[in-house]
Amino acid sequence: MHDPLVIAGKTYSSRLLVGTGKYKDFQETRKAVDAAGAEIVTVAIRRTNIGQTPGEESLLDALPPSRYTILPNTAGCYTADDAVRTLRLARELLDGHRLVKLEVLGDPNNLYPNMPETLKAAETLVKEGFDVMVYCSDDPIQAKRLEEIGCVAVMPLASIIGSGMGILNPWNLRLIIDNAKVPVLVDAGVGTASDAAIAMELGCDAVLMNSAIAYARQPVLMAGAMRHAVEAGRRAFLAGRMQRKLYSATPSSPTEGLISPAR
Amino acid sequence: MPTSVTLIVNGAPTPLAAPGTVHDLLAAMALLDQRVAVERNGEVVPRSRHRDTRLASGDRVEIIVAVGGG
Repeated sequence: MHDPLVIAGKTYSSRLLVGTGKYKDFQETRKAVDAAGAEIVTVAIRRTNIGQTPGEESLLDALPPSRYTILPNTAGCYTADDAVRTLRLARELLDGHRLVKLEVLGDPNNLYPNMPETLKAAETLVKEGFDVMVYCSDDPIQAKRLEEIGCVAVMPLASIIGSGMGILNPWNLRLIIDNAKVPVLVDAGVGTASDAAIAMELGCDAVLMNSAIAYARQPVLMAGAMRHAVEAGRRAFLAGRMQRKLYSATPSSPTEGLISPAR
Repeated sequence: MPTSVTLIVNGAPTPLAAPGTVHDLLAAMALLDQRVAVERNGEVVPRSRHRDTRLASGDRVEIIVAVGGG
């Protein structure tokens, strides 16, 4: 089925984007990414370990930018200024790469986005030529504002980062999806495959997740489950679900021709 | 002319033989063969400028890599 995801003019066949944190080693990261079928993988930007073993494998050796679309993020940034600096460094690190994930956090306990700082950072980054995919609250007004600023995708949380609590406010997600002209991704909160399917059935263009895969008992197996869930949810969305009919059954089999007389 | 400068590299005081450039700092830290990006006093130093960007005492230098994250 030809149904590509288009972000900033580039086409992707996978609608599952994955994070690369919390895996036991780079080999497991790579296996999970491949089992997920992900083309876009998000990475964090951090200071080098001073005295790092020379020649030690780095994440970008395990996930070469020639094969994967690397999406540097600003996880851990609490101000617009920190987020902008981090992504300027990421652009240098990745030889001028433009696609980035902006997140500016507001609270270290619930990791909720700080929307005023997020909007401020988005304005600067868009002006500087970045293609900004932005983590945001599930508020349709904020999401629209980010789109107007020029973000290439809006990524509301389904529930708090790393919680696995699932899709807590499908109604808000629908409001955002129905108003958006850019792709809408659920970013954060997915816990298991059914959550990913629900996000896609609501009409999300894609899902971004990390913990739901990395914290599964068998991450690579869960990565495959998520791939299928996202595909299933997307197809169900495109197919269009039947109307709900409450408190009254409709048989699927013929009502005539039974071997015993009808009641 | 002092024989060394003290930089703040990734938040830690770090001596570097003077005169020293970003390239010299990366060499001293055995980072020349690693994919890194460098910021000096809040501004990115492009890779093409590493050899001619001289560092001075008190310069705040950030050297970053990509790591696993979501």
